[in-house]
Amino acid sequence: MISDLFSVTVLIGILASGIRLATPYLYAAIGETFGQRSGVLNLGVEGQMLLGAFAAFYVALTTGSLWLGVLTAMIVGAMMGLAMAYVTVNLNAEQGISGIGFFLFGLGMSDLLFQKLLGTVETVKGFPKIYISGLSDIPGIGEIFFSQNLLVYGAYLLVPIAWFVLNKTTLGLKIRSVGENPDAADSLGVSVARVRYFTIILGGTLSGLGGASLSIALLNVFQQHMTSGLGFIAVALVYFGAWRPIGVLGGALLFSMINSLQLWIQVKGIAIPSDIAAMMPYVFTILVLVASVSRVRAPSALTKPFEREN
Amino acid sequence: MKKFAWFLTLMLAFALVLSACGAPAATQPPAPAPTEAPAQPTEAPATESPTEAPAATEVPAAEPFRVAVVMPSTINDLAFSQSMYDALVRIQEKMGGADAFEIAYSESLGNPDDAAAAIRDYASQGFNLIIAHGSQYGSALQEIAPDFPETSFAWGTTVDTFGLPNIFAYEAASQEGGFVFGVMAAGLTKSNVIGVVGPIETGDAKLYVDGFKAGVLSVKPDAQVNVTYIGSFGDVALAAEAATTHISNGADVLTGTAQMVVGAIGKAEESNVFWFGTQSNQASLAPSIVVASQVYVWDSAVEEMISKIKAGTLGGESFTINLANGGEVIEFNPDSTVAADAKDLADTTIDGIKDGSITITLP
Repeated sequence: MISDLFSVTVLIGILASGIRLATPYLYAAIGETFGQRSGVLNLGVEGQMLLGAFAAFYVALTTGSLWLGVLTAMIVGAMMGLAMAYVTVNLNAEQGISGIGFFLFGLGMSDLLFQKLLGTVETVKGFPKIYISGLSDIPGIGEIFFSQNLLVYGAYLLVPIAWFVLNKTTLGLKIRSVGENPDAADSLGVSVARVRYFTIILGGTLSGLGGASLSIALLNVFQQHMTSGLGFIAVALVYFGAWRPIGVLGGALLFSMINSLQLWIQVKGIAIPSDIAAMMPYVFTILVLVASVSRVRAPSALTKPFEREN
Repeated sequence: MKKFAWFLTLMLAFALVLSACGAPAATQPPAPAPTEAPAQPTEAPATESPTEAPAATEVPAAEPFRVAVVMPSTINDLAFSQSMYDALVRIQEKMGGADAFEIAYSESLGNPDDAAAAIRDYASQGFNLIIAHGSQYGSALQEIAPDFPETSFAWGTTVDTFGLPNIFAYEAASQEGGFVFGVMAAGLTKSNVIGVVGPIETGDAKLYVDGFKAGVLSVKPDAQVNVTYIGSFGDVALAAEAATTHISNGADVLTGTAQMVVGAIGKAEESNVFWFGTQSNQASLAPSIVVASQVYVWDSAVEEMISKIKAGTLGGESFTINLANGGEVIEFNPDSTVAADAKDLADTTIDGIKDGSITITLP
């Protein structure tokens, strides 16, 4: 019955799981936002997340330290970013194609390492839910906002930080100017290459962290290609959010909430074919985008390699 | 403007395709087939055109019987692909090692086109039996098999041989184990709410889920069995969230099928909710809550195919593994606290299905 959906349990369930599901998207998409604002499209996010997820899981499993796992995932992501930066900034390679290359590398490498080092699906004890005395006990609100794990909070904390850095700091100004008009930025003494290196490496670091949030905080397992398209959704969310951290947050939450809504629709036995239900988040995201497409303006130099004219 | 809307749509489509295919799909280039046995027959025809049939049908004693398998996920996925690979390894041991029985395999071929290339390649190399282990490989096999009339192919899970004389079909009656677990789940539930995490509503996943539902309702007609199909074989995060949703809705027993359920098992363990596994023994993932797993043992079906091939029949028949012929085995988790009490009920149900006194009616 449709009316079964209108209950407090369902509402709390949708909000709580929407917030959880959005976490890996947020890390990856905020990282990608920095890259794109500086004019670099990185399609390798999925590969960076996968390697990050594996690195975090493997290190946490073998050393028992979750923080070491997080750190390793961030380093692995940063290394992937560094390679991506070299290829796109120094070699001026086509960004889309090289991104796909890095995706395939991450996919294959994480699979290979998984088979050689682990061999089978295992579990690890991940970040526990944090209990905040007082706040966690508030009915409803407590379950939605104050009973998540540390990496979930980290993702949401990242949004205002990213907004502040992009809009209120000199670094943010440099990033935006390099993405809008690299020639002008260059003539004023801003190193286009250095800014882009910074944003791509930052993007890789955050993607690696996003992978870690899956493997050692939300799910606590690693399986081959466990991201299953999540990194590409994250890239799409950057476009959806019109290159603004707040917009990205909105998109990630919309997509995730509708995903948890469709799960509840199925759990409550509402007679919609499961295939249609599973399609809902994708369809809604596209519909919202179409409705709001006129406000979108991409960074002018996005996907364009920068070459100084002499 | 338009360009970006277009691009976003493309990205979403890409993500949808990837998530729907699950395991490394679409994008992974077909891996060169790693061969288990290093010794290749010296006269293996390497460069024959597809129309010329390569290997001989009769296998002289000195030459190994050569089997190749193409699968959608990996040989250690704790699920579908592993069940077939393990069966081949056991048969190899039984037949006297790599000299008598050669195994070659290609993993992670979620994309039927890549799989088709691998199947054709194996056929040109003169393998005796090529197993296309995935229901998505059907149309590829239908196209390739007539080009190699002397080679035997097997396709699962299905009952369809396309009427071709060199295709065997095989399937698992997974509804039988599903029914047994449904009966057990009905006995275990206190809230009368049971949750199922399924991938896509098709194949042996659907059979298992329908069998499970029928099992629960045969004991407790008033119990609620809620099923979520998440639309993917690979989205571990969504499978986990589906399990959380079931638990929030009051479910105290869960089950699920396909490789992405590893996410769901973790959530069941966190909330201390019972879990029933299928396709492979999942007790190692959460020893405290996994009650039992239904395991596929393809050995008898494959062995029968091999003996038919040796006798000159290359296909045209279909095989079903089930509880009665030992192709499906219910493995109880010795660490589970409930397993001992519930085991008797399960054994009675298994016997009933085996001797036919219990019939499972699927919707």
